[in-house]
Amino acid sequence: MGPEVLHDVTFEINPGEFRYLVGPSGAGKTSLLRLMYLAMRPSRGLISMFGSDVMMARRKELVALRRKIGVVFQDYRLLNHLSALDNVALPLRVAGAKEAEIQTHVSELLAWVGLADHIHALPESLSGGQKQRVAIARAVITRPRLLLADEPTGNLDEVLGQRLIRLFEELNKIGTTVVIATHNQNLVARNPHPVLALGSGEIHADDLAGRVG
Amino acid sequence: MIWPEEWADMARRTSAVLPLGRDAPSRFLPWVFALMVYLAVLALTGVLILHSAVERWQRGEVGTLTVQLMPVEGESEAARLALVQNLLGEIEGVLDIRVVSQSESLDLIERWLGAGNVPNDLPLPRLIDIDVAPGSGLTADSLALNLKASLPGVSVDDAKEWLDRLADFGRSLELLALAVVVLIGLAAVATVIFTTRMGISIHRNVIELLHLIGARDGYVAAQFQRQAMMLGLRGGVLGIVFALATLYGLRHVASRLDTPLAPDIPVAHWAWALLAAVPVVTSLIAMITARITALRELAKMP
Ligand SMILES: Nc1ncnc2c1ncn2[C@@H]1O[C@H](COP(=O)(O)OP(=O)(O)O)[C@@H](O)[C@H]1O
Ligand SMILES: [Mg+2]
Repeated sequence: MGPEVLHDVTFEINPGEFRYLVGPSGAGKTSLLRLMYLAMRPSRGLISMFGSDVMMARRKELVALRRKIGVVFQDYRLLNHLSALDNVALPLRVAGAKEAEIQTHVSELLAWVGLADHIHALPESLSGGQKQRVAIARAVITRPRLLLADEPTGNLDEVLGQRLIRLFEELNKIGTTVVIATHNQNLVARNPHPVLALGSGEIHADDLAGRVG
Repeated sequence: MIWPEEWADMARRTSAVLPLGRDAPSRFLPWVFALMVYLAVLALTGVLILHSAVERWQRGEVGTLTVQLMPVEGESEAARLALVQNLLGEIEGVLDIRVVSQSESLDLIERWLGAGNVPNDLPLPRLIDIDVAPGSGLTADSLALNLKASLPGVSVDDAKEWLDRLADFGRSLELLALAVVVLIGLAAVATVIFTTRMGISIHRNVIELLHLIGARDGYVAAQFQRQAMMLGLRGGVLGIVFALATLYGLRHVASRLDTPLAPDIPVAHWAWALLAAVPVVTSLIAMITARITALRELAKMP
């Protein structure tokens, strides 16, 4: 085990909230999100998601929790052998959705994020910004109850970045809790929402305490 | 109506989540399976041949006895032969009597000593083959006892002891061949365990992602399971084609040899069906093994 990246972090996010997770590079934003999307469990401390203690949850129970969470990974994590459409369809297929529904839903969403002409493109033929949009589409295709986005606009220009923040805000309006990790102060200033600030591994916002969900 | 292209399309879409077809294990597995199925089919054919041979040895020859009549100084052979036939005709359980001609006896001896090596004055026993009714309880010993009372110099021989030993030997060979088949099966299982583990470590990143977006272990395992079944079937078909070609060739050679010792290659329908089932069984074993292995390995992941 390396040095402890996160410590003395206590906060609560209520259902329906829209939060930024801000902090300088290396502050531990990605690490905190990884804990929240259950890619790892904390070495100590308590995390409760949707009312379930993550440390106590068994492997099988994690599946149900993960299906309520949509994640935009900082490095996208698209599957290189699958088309944009198949990448976005993955969460639906994995959950056993019907193929006919998948086709229409996915094409519509891809058109919405401006990738109508790239539906069958493989990730390697897409630009960084295009890949990021595929990653975002994959995270929201299931209309998750919690959306965790790690620097989701890092590779997008102002206009597209704003458009995708709009998408997150629309999702938030219909009930999705949104947490966006970013080090982009402009983004926060233009679209104000409550902030969770991480600095040297500690939480600095004082209105926070407790649980997610 | 779903068109075939759409079918292929759907199959491709739903099976391509893990790029298993492109990794090293997937390219190597069908050849290993082809070899294993080839060997298993040949070994199994051996079992079938031996099994029917052992059965024949046990059943066919036990129903015959051979009476040997040694020449006795000063007595007419013809009279003694007639007497034996009379006596045998009255014994219950004797179905058929056949006196082996002198030239046939000579032939039998010449097989051992070589043609022309049998001295003219060698006293040859006369042989009488008897068919015994099944279940009559007539044995070599009881028949000899019966005959000796009226005829000195008579002995009765059954091939049972020799055939029993042959059957024992055949059964051991049969077990050996079965053991080979089992070993091949175990090797196939080990190969699938190994390649599945390899596949999981090659695709660890993709699998982690699948988990994070909500895939159950069963969903991931299904990918490995389907892949193993397809590869097993592909290798199995290849293996059985080669094996059947080999058997056909052997049968051709055996028929040209025209010797009664060459065993029949089984032609019974069920025997061929059994052989044809080998690749199916192999691919089922591959499928089940891949599933169990994948589930076990996945359970170790976070
Ligand atoms: N898997 C890991 N193992 C050990 N240290 C890590 C790992 N991932 C990140 N770190 C360290 O944790 C700290 C926080 O990283 P990260 O969570 O990526 O911060 P941020 O996303 O805010 O830039 C950094 O010092 C980084 O080097
Ligand atoms: Mg980060």
